[in-house]
Amino acid sequence: MSSETQQILTTDGIPLSVSLKKAERKNKIKAFLLVVPLLLFLIITYILPIGDMFMRSIDDKMVTNMLPKTFTAMEKWDGKEMPPEEVFVGFYSDFKILVKNKEHGKLAQRLNKEKNGFNSIIKKLFRQVQRNKIDEGQSIKEQIMKVHKRWRDVEYWQAIKRTAPPYTTAKYLKGVDMYYGPDGNILQVDEDRRIHRILWLRTLEIAFFVTLFSFLMGYPIAHLLATLPMKYSNLLMICVLLPFWTSLLVRTASWMILLQQQGIVNDFFVMIGLVADDNRPEMMYNKVGTYVAMTQILLPFMVLPLYSVMKTISPSLMRAGKSLGGTPFVAFWKIYFPLTIPGIGAGCLLVFILAIGYYITPALVGGASGTLISNQIAYHMKTTLDWSFASAMGLMLLTGVLVVYWIYNKLVGVDNIKLG
Amino acid sequence: MALPKYTETRYRVWHYSYLFICACVFIFLIAPLFVIFPLSFNAEEFLVFSEGMKNLDPDAFSLRWYKDMIYGTKNPWGLAAKNSFIIAIFATIGSIILGTLAALGLSSRYMPYKGIIMATLISPMIVPLIISGVAIFFFMAKAGLAATHTGIVLAHIILGTPFVVITVTATLTGFDHSVTRAASSLGSNPVNTFMKITLPLILPGVISGGLFAFVTSFDEVVVVLFLAGLENTTIPIQMWTGLREQLSPTILAVATCLIVLSTLILVSAELLRRRSERLRGINR
Repeated sequence: MSSETQQILTTDGIPLSVSLKKAERKNKIKAFLLVVPLLLFLIITYILPIGDMFMRSIDDKMVTNMLPKTFTAMEKWDGKEMPPEEVFVGFYSDFKILVKNKEHGKLAQRLNKEKNGFNSIIKKLFRQVQRNKIDEGQSIKEQIMKVHKRWRDVEYWQAIKRTAPPYTTAKYLKGVDMYYGPDGNILQVDEDRRIHRILWLRTLEIAFFVTLFSFLMGYPIAHLLATLPMKYSNLLMICVLLPFWTSLLVRTASWMILLQQQGIVNDFFVMIGLVADDNRPEMMYNKVGTYVAMTQILLPFMVLPLYSVMKTISPSLMRAGKSLGGTPFVAFWKIYFPLTIPGIGAGCLLVFILAIGYYITPALVGGASGTLISNQIAYHMKTTLDWSFASAMGLMLLTGVLVVYWIYNKLVGVDNIKLG
Repeated sequence: MALPKYTETRYRVWHYSYLFICACVFIFLIAPLFVIFPLSFNAEEFLVFSEGMKNLDPDAFSLRWYKDMIYGTKNPWGLAAKNSFIIAIFATIGSIILGTLAALGLSSRYMPYKGIIMATLISPMIVPLIISGVAIFFFMAKAGLAATHTGIVLAHIILGTPFVVITVTATLTGFDHSVTRAASSLGSNPVNTFMKITLPLILPGVISGGLFAFVTSFDEVVVVLFLAGLENTTIPIQMWTGLREQLSPTILAVATCLIVLSTLILVSAELLRRRSERLRGINR
């Protein structure tokens, strides 16, 4: 029998398989069209701007655009000895345009970041150019070199050359306290100025310990909630859900009241004689405050996934373990605990991801030693306006979170996230 | 959780210490919220319990901070509350519409590239808020929407949709698609089928997702801090500034109101969850 005779036809004479495929394609398109509005909206307002952050973080076009002729002339320069006359001519004509547009200040600022000392020599050159002191009929190299002794130093010209590429990874290096040395090698900043590395480590440390504390506190109560009869557990569940639904700032405010020096926690410590009344410890504006407040705020995110996993474990398993001669501890450790591991994974990763990007609570109760990498990003966005550096650090943080998210997805699956 | 009579002493001790630990954790979770209540009725300006309050002296309590919250001239709480509600309501509507549509598409078994699309749609919930804040700020600044209500509403739609997508997808698992087919076979058009058959069945999920979106928007401060101008101030922004500058009892009055609001939301979310489970025939 040939395949044609086997083919089943629909009433209008089209083979069934073709017709089915057509219908399926139609369904596929239908399903996809439903997702399109949100997908497009998110791509335009969210995903592409994150790409924009990346472009900003590596963008270094400013000097490239300011000194086009200089960099063309520099292409032939080997970068070892003083550059030839053409480079100076190019630089001079670029610089004249900058002076006319009053942009030489920006150039000085940017070059000064590359090498200290540019600010003053560019100002000197600016005055000379403004007063038309430079005679275009004679060697421009000689004249510029006479303006200041640093213009005679080849290191300054090398620094200018380094700013030629339109893209740079310098911001990322800065994020881990490193920088490009004079000959393009990567150097560490001085030990006493390594602030970012401390912040990264502190962020990791706080996220880790907050996750650990949440786990240690969340596991027993999730177990209690899952094993108690419904009418009690519903009541206790409110204790978990009410903080979950309450404003973050309200919860932070209540911790600020509790932890202040004349606050209730300190009152309690004095009452039970743990500390002297005139020697109340400072519990806010340091790491203690950050740990306590963040653990309480993130604890529901640990309890809810644990609870939903524990709820599915049949109590008869533990009874079986015990009836087979295991002590309650052995039964717990060998039977119950392994079954809760998916919940532990989900809860811990959720809390860790949330903790690592925390911003508001550490900023309010953390003080100087409680600031995290997020605070630094906000600081550069709002105060120093170094948006490219803020973007670079944000993307470094994002990479870390995505790695954790990927592990989470592998272990639990994103569609298994349960809310409430 | 009564222990059987034959329990050995060491397990008895362990059991009661376990209950004690649980009690401590529950107190740790819930007690901070209850500190705010009495202090917001404080007659004095300090954020500690005065002697009068400890002795339950009626003169030590007053409504002055609530009056200050509502009538205080230099307090922008009125404007902040108005903005917060307007932004949250529009953000919720936007999130519900976009999120529900997407969830309907995602739960179809014909949906191509389900995994990657789901991951993209959920991403605003996973990406740290500070990064979302920076990215959304760049977009809004370019689009000329920074410091406008529209910009903040759009930003909150971004942050709110993942919750709607998740809750509605959850409601749609186990959804019996034969009912919609039955409706179509009886001559109903797709829109009519959706309004009359699908929507009533998934409504609990839609509303609880909407509640999440509402709370997210109402409580959101990181992104708004980047986007808001003086005109767009919201309750969280005012609380944030207040907490940074000085903790005044007025903030506690506001906080008390917010706790009452969140209790209401919690109760409605819980009722909806039960209704949804009953509708879907999940018995516990």
